Amino acid sequence: MVPSDLRYTKDHEWVRVDGDTATIGVTDFAANQLGDVVFVDLPAVGKAVEQFATFGVVESVKAVSDLYAPVSGEVVGVNADLGSKPELVNSDPYGEGWMIRVKVGDAAQIGELLDAAGYEKLTAEA
Amino acid sequence: MAYGPHTPADRQRMLAALGMDSVDELFADIPTSLRSSPLRLDPPEPEQLLMNRLAGLAAKNKVDLASFLGAGAYRHFSPPLVDQILLRGEWYTAYTPYQPEVSQGTLQSIYEYESLIAELVGLDVVSASHYDGAAATAEAALMTCRATGRGRVLVSRAVHPHYREVLRTYFGGAGLGIEELPLVADGQEAGTTDLAVLERRLSDAENPVAGVVLAQPSFYGLLEHMADASKLTHAAGALFVAVVEPVSLAVLAPPAAYGADIAAGEGQALGIPPQYGGPYLGILACTEPLVRQIPGRLVGMTTDVDGKRAYVMTLQAREQHIRREKAASNICTNQTLLALAASLWLSALGPHGLRDVAALGAARASELEAALASVGVARVHAGAYLNEFAVRVPNAPAVHRELLGRGVLAGLVLAEAVPDEPGLADALLVCATEVTTGDDIATFAREIGEVLATPAPADRVEVPA
Repeated sequence: MVPSDLRYTKDHEWVRVDGDTATIGVTDFAANQLGDVVFVDLPAVGKAVEQFATFGVVESVKAVSDLYAPVSGEVVGVNADLGSKPELVNSDPYGEGWMIRVKVGDAAQIGELLDAAGYEKLTAEA
Repeated sequence: MAYGPHTPADRQRMLAALGMDSVDELFADIPTSLRSSPLRLDPPEPEQLLMNRLAGLAAKNKVDLASFLGAGAYRHFSPPLVDQILLRGEWYTAYTPYQPEVSQGTLQSIYEYESLIAELVGLDVVSASHYDGAAATAEAALMTCRATGRGRVLVSRAVHPHYREVLRTYFGGAGLGIEELPLVADGQEAGTTDLAVLERRLSDAENPVAGVVLAQPSFYGLLEHMADASKLTHAAGALFVAVVEPVSLAVLAPPAAYGADIAAGEGQALGIPPQYGGPYLGILACTEPLVRQIPGRLVGMTTDVDGKRAYVMTLQAREQHIRREKAASNICTNQTLLALAASLWLSALGPHGLRDVAALGAARASELEAALASVGVARVHAGAYLNEFAVRVPNAPAVHRELLGRGVLAGLVLAEAVPDEPGLADALLVCATEVTTGDDIATFAREIGEVLATPAPADRVEVPA
């Protein structure tokens, strides 16, 4: 079950929009596919991210994957806990395993993302 | 799958599939000037005649010279056990194995190498080795760009000219900027990196610097003010790269002591004979925060399912077989056999032996300085050196040639190695190590004294172009 209140990318990132702030992470499906996450490389606060462009890297014991931003905007928060506890991405991907917070530049971009049903369909086909 | 070479019929079938008539047509896009001309080989000869011919060619090598040539490659005594162990066929791979964990012995040898180098440089992480000192230096400079997200690196002109050339090659391709730092022209600090210029270049807020590269000892054998340079570099938010000569680290401060973030260097001096064109050994080490930026292979120690000690490839996510075009580097062939030679040599000598080697070399060099001064050949620079220094010699190229005929390899002609460096047109770079004998030094001093005292025939004196 994927949370119904989030939006999703085809690259398995989720975004939670609260006012003009978007919290971003990777889905439970992605975390499972990656296996044990050992390192997350995230941008510094103040950096600009662009929709569907790489904003970081997640490294597991068996793979390394780029992270793609669901929306454009300026990074206003980074989950510092992932530095010492990258396993939070596996144990609580939609909660404590969040990655960055972005000040959304263009709210219309949210509409381009998948909703929970759309994402569920995508992963069912995978 | 057949392992035989392609038959003419195979080639015709492939050409037919491509809709072509000839192989030349396939390569039509390559300009003719870049294509190789047909090989012109002499007719075959009987093996015995061929051996004679090759022996004749080999005899042209001069192997009994009194040598004072260093300039990045140094002669040291190597105990026979080093070569004897290297002769074992089990070691014969230049590479780390492709099924690495099966080859625990090879992994352990790399782990030992990494540990020994880590002890020498004082940094946390050491790669399994690179091609040579120049490649390792270029990788170090690229690391500073990735780590800082900046694209401008400052390199001292007292870093080996070959290394700077390789840096330019790597940086040109990557679209990054490399700038050279000039040397102090005169006075006590002459020949060392101009730190006032470094400070000015670092202060350009519009164009922030990623990394600063200095060598210790420098190409000219001089000791640089590494701690000061490192402090200036860090104040500007940039990373400091020390290019080091590993034997010197037995007596000089290790890179960690002056806050270097990355150390790079040529490992040839660690018991590998100087040989034209290599193979040599690129040393690269960094602090732990930079571990994901270091290219090449890393071997770590862990325990297996039974709790027994085991060696593994670690942090492979940086590497090209996983990250492809986003790997830390795609030029990370390592030199495992040479790294093993270095480990064996260091182990045979031990820390006290290594210190003796470095100290003896320094003592020989100061004897050399005194002997040359006694025949009127003085140093170019005033600052402290370890075992290599530049001397002023009028008509240096001609004198160097003349001495070669007298059995002396009088170091390096700086006019040829660094033609664009002001003030070094008439200078030789000479070095001594523990294998330099007192007789060699006496011979050098006597012969150069004679050569300089004798007005050479006009056809012999050539002013460098």
